[in-house]
Amino acid sequence: MWPNRERSRLQQEEGARGALIAAFSTIALIGLLLWWVLSSETWPAVQKQFFNPTNFREVWPDVLSGFWLDIRMFLAAEVLILAFALVLAMIRSLRGPAFFPLRMLVILFIDLVRGIPIILLILVLGFGIPALQLTGVPKDPLFWGVATLVISYSAYTAEIYRAGIESVHESQRMAARSLGLGQVQSLRYVLVPQAIRNVIPALLNGFISLQKDVALVFVLGVREGVREAQIYNARTFNYTGYIAATVLFLAVSVPVARFTDWYTERDRRRKQAVGSG
Amino acid sequence: MTAKVEVRNVVKSFEDKIVLQDVDLAVACHEVVCLIGSSGSGKSTLLKCINLLISIDAGQIFLDGEEITGPSVNANSVRKKMGIVFQAFNLFPHMTVLDNITLSPTKVHGESKAEANDNARVLLEQFGLLDKIDEYPDRLSGGQQQRVAVVRSLATRPDLMLFDEVTSALDPELVAEVLGVIRGLKEDGMTMIIATHEMGFARDVADQVCFLDQGIILERGAPTQIFSEPQQPRTQQFLQRIVDAGRL
Repeated sequence: MWPNRERSRLQQEEGARGALIAAFSTIALIGLLLWWVLSSETWPAVQKQFFNPTNFREVWPDVLSGFWLDIRMFLAAEVLILAFALVLAMIRSLRGPAFFPLRMLVILFIDLVRGIPIILLILVLGFGIPALQLTGVPKDPLFWGVATLVISYSAYTAEIYRAGIESVHESQRMAARSLGLGQVQSLRYVLVPQAIRNVIPALLNGFISLQKDVALVFVLGVREGVREAQIYNARTFNYTGYIAATVLFLAVSVPVARFTDWYTERDRRRKQAVGSG
Repeated sequence: MTAKVEVRNVVKSFEDKIVLQDVDLAVACHEVVCLIGSSGSGKSTLLKCINLLISIDAGQIFLDGEEITGPSVNANSVRKKMGIVFQAFNLFPHMTVLDNITLSPTKVHGESKAEANDNARVLLEQFGLLDKIDEYPDRLSGGQQQRVAVVRSLATRPDLMLFDEVTSALDPELVAEVLGVIRGLKEDGMTMIIATHEMGFARDVADQVCFLDQGIILERGAPTQIFSEPQQPRTQQFLQRIVDAGRL
């Protein structure tokens, strides 16, 4: 037994030494980069324009409240996207000639939406529809901004769901149908639950992307985080507001990105464990 | 008396490969029919056609005297009356054994949750699986999974059961427990069509054995006749190979 114990002790020591080296080289590298940036001739100008503490304190409350609107738009849009995209994907997965027109409609919608730059959609729907002055149709740019994000992201998310549904083995559909379940029941109880599990990492990636893209509605004049930073910049000619917004966006998206990686890795390991067991 | 199932002149091809050509088969109530033949002879396809999982190109299939292959037939209501068990079990991996079994009774057959649960318990008890009721399929052995699949089918109270090479994916020592379940069903009078490679089992359990070769039922008859005095050279050849392999 002792060689094993000896080996594990050595491995532990090696691990500790490895961590020490990693920490040291990381600190050294960051220090070097900082020194290089801070000692450059242009740094004082950069600091004044982008990293000015006074400006930062001044702009922070507005950018923060604007960012809170970003978060709320993101959450509302995400819930609607997850639901609407699932409906689209389920319709696209229905088989048989009777569903042909429905399937075609969904495919057309997805192709069109995916083919149009999102900023163009926001401009067309956000300015265009309120300009029609239709009675009973909302004119709020906030409403149309979120609606456009839902439309655009649903098209992409529907394709993620569909890939998930198709990744479930055909035999599962057969088993469900053989028990008398209809197409929609088979999807709902058998295929979709398994599909969603397969595509959670892809859905999380979509979260990250949407969490940033909500800022695009600023073109409609919605006073979200980026818009507030822009207003401040226009007033003061100082860019620190943009840095404040950057900090806030990173504070949300980096943890979600880390979580996605962690989840994907855990999922991969679990699948391997089942595969070998 | 009308046959439980009658298959008339059924033709099926995939792309340009003919899988079933002009197949006729009649199965009486309480009769057990075994389909034998090498892989690719059309056994599985025939079962899936009867279950309407595969549409046929020509011919007719009748269940209790009514045609089920017509254009206006609701496949779901036909499938309510029969069960099929597959080679690869096809249990739903995201559901417990109990949920696998009660899904169709509650969602398709309109049973209450309590009723379906009680019935599932009775069946699981009968098949020695009651202690697995809350397990997920990947925690069970192949034999246990296949028995759960049989229970899942029986829970819909079918009066016709189709078995598609249900022991082919099992370790040899697990085959007997599944075949035992099917023998039990025969004693209860279940009408069954069984595609199988287990020749000894087919000889014991079948009332009628059909030998399929390249999509044709080449020879059919009582098991004693098929296994002891096969008439067709292809049947003789097939059985000789089985004997040579020590499987009969």
